[in-house]
Amino acid sequence: MWKWLHPYAKPERAYQLCSTLQPWFLWPALLCILVGSVWGLAFAPQDYQQGDSFRIIYIHVPSAILSMSTYVAMAVAALVGIVWQWRTAFMAMIAMAPVGAVITFVALFTGAAWGKPMWGTWWVWDARLTSELILLFLYLGVMALYGSFEDKQQAGKAAGVMAMVGVVNIPIIHYSVEWWNTLHQGATISKFDKPSIAPEMLWPLLVALLGFALFIAAVTVMRMKNEIIRREYHRPWVKEMVQQAQENNHAV
Amino acid sequence: MTTFSAALWTGIFKRDLALAFRQRSELAQPLMFLLMVVTLFPLGVGPGPATLQKIGPGVIWIAAILSSLLAMDRMFRDDFWDGSMEQYLLSGESVWAISAVKVLVHWLVSFVPLLILSPLLALFLNLTVQMYAALMLTLLLGTPLLSLMGAIAVGLTVGLQRGGVLLALLLIPVFIPLLIFATSAVDAAALQLPYRAHLAIIGAMLLAAMAAAPMAIAYALKVSQN
Amino acid sequence: MQFDSWQAFWQMGGYAFYVWTSFGVTFLAMGLIVYSSASTHKKLLKDVAQESARQQRIAAAKQANQQAPKHNVTGEEV
Repeated sequence: MWKWLHPYAKPERAYQLCSTLQPWFLWPALLCILVGSVWGLAFAPQDYQQGDSFRIIYIHVPSAILSMSTYVAMAVAALVGIVWQWRTAFMAMIAMAPVGAVITFVALFTGAAWGKPMWGTWWVWDARLTSELILLFLYLGVMALYGSFEDKQQAGKAAGVMAMVGVVNIPIIHYSVEWWNTLHQGATISKFDKPSIAPEMLWPLLVALLGFALFIAAVTVMRMKNEIIRREYHRPWVKEMVQQAQENNHAV
Repeated sequence: MTTFSAALWTGIFKRDLALAFRQRSELAQPLMFLLMVVTLFPLGVGPGPATLQKIGPGVIWIAAILSSLLAMDRMFRDDFWDGSMEQYLLSGESVWAISAVKVLVHWLVSFVPLLILSPLLALFLNLTVQMYAALMLTLLLGTPLLSLMGAIAVGLTVGLQRGGVLLALLLIPVFIPLLIFATSAVDAAALQLPYRAHLAIIGAMLLAAMAAAPMAIAYALKVSQN
Repeated sequence: MQFDSWQAFWQMGGYAFYVWTSFGVTFLAMGLIVYSSASTHKKLLKDVAQESARQQRIAAAKQANQQAPKHNVTGEEV
């Protein structure tokens, strides 16, 4: 049943697949982000409590949701790599780490910038911000571990183990931090818990969410191509491909 | 289980204990560090008994985590560099069982002294008897978890020349839930509230780690040995 | 459009600084990672091309060496 997937374990085929997918991810991603932002900024109705500051939601919520999902995707890739011994799976995993870290940073920054007008201070040890911060540490840990090894094959496996340890911990961290937060602050205003959101506000949010997801996918395939070239440096197919690309360039 | 495996495990157990007690200074240094860090807090935040009691559980737990990180890398380091680890991996014996034995030894030599030292720390930070009892229980359940989770990261970084700071970067985020549950158990004890639920959660995490960590450690060691 | 004028749009109901910094920093960060990935890609391709050109030169030089008559240091034919 999974037979059709196996050829993509070969770096060459994976590279081709990435090249094919890249434009299909990148341009729709930019389009969706643009549409979502303009719609959210200019056309979505104002929030009756928070005024226009709520418009940060259109980047904060997608990045917060996807920062967690990207980590999970990383761990899935690591699991595939460890169980089926796919080298390309480790490459996909490490390609996702920096973009995941950037998205986590975005979630943190926008959370802080939203918190300033709402709470009057840039940083509150709010449950969601705290777990995002810890998530950023987890991403940085995986990247630091990968960077410390000379042998990238070994590095991928080691970083994969750490990603999986992290993903087991994410739900525990999430719930423990949430619980810790309620313990120490009592009932604080929770700006994120909206029992219902008006559809005029929701649509641009969904568009932005799709845009961010596609953006992460686009950057992942871009970085994965780099990773494949870096490891297959001396293989003939890489040289042929580069030559062809140059010839095409000259022809144009 | 063959008698050979059993003999191997007891052999490793005895050998590691003997080695650890021969390098007594290496064993004592993290404890001295722990004691000094705890001493810094009254000096830094003021010696008011109420303040100390409030921050005490957190201070003791954070100091315990930091001091354990300092000594963590010795768990597999010597075996890795003198080649015994390679022999374990080649022996065909189950690596996870061997690593479980080594984690047990690590816990015995680095955390049991900490447990013995803990009354002094509790005294320094003005903890009440109920708080101390809760602290002791959380340390008893939580420190094996530190050893188990730490061993995975140690296994991954053992082959690196400068693994020390990296080890801390990898492990500190992973230890956060334990810190939260352990300190809030002691806080609950301070308010004379029941804290069995906290202990149950820490116990659950410990059991899960006991089930899964040895395999992860074995895999990590294989990766490091390449 | 929810705003009466462009000016009102830029002011964001008094929250201009927070809203625009959030969006600005987000797009800057996203742009940077795309830029760094793309420039790394270019650099890698260039490296590979250079490396294969070097290999070709080495092979060509070897062949030339084999075919050409051997000279000693002063250039006299041996």
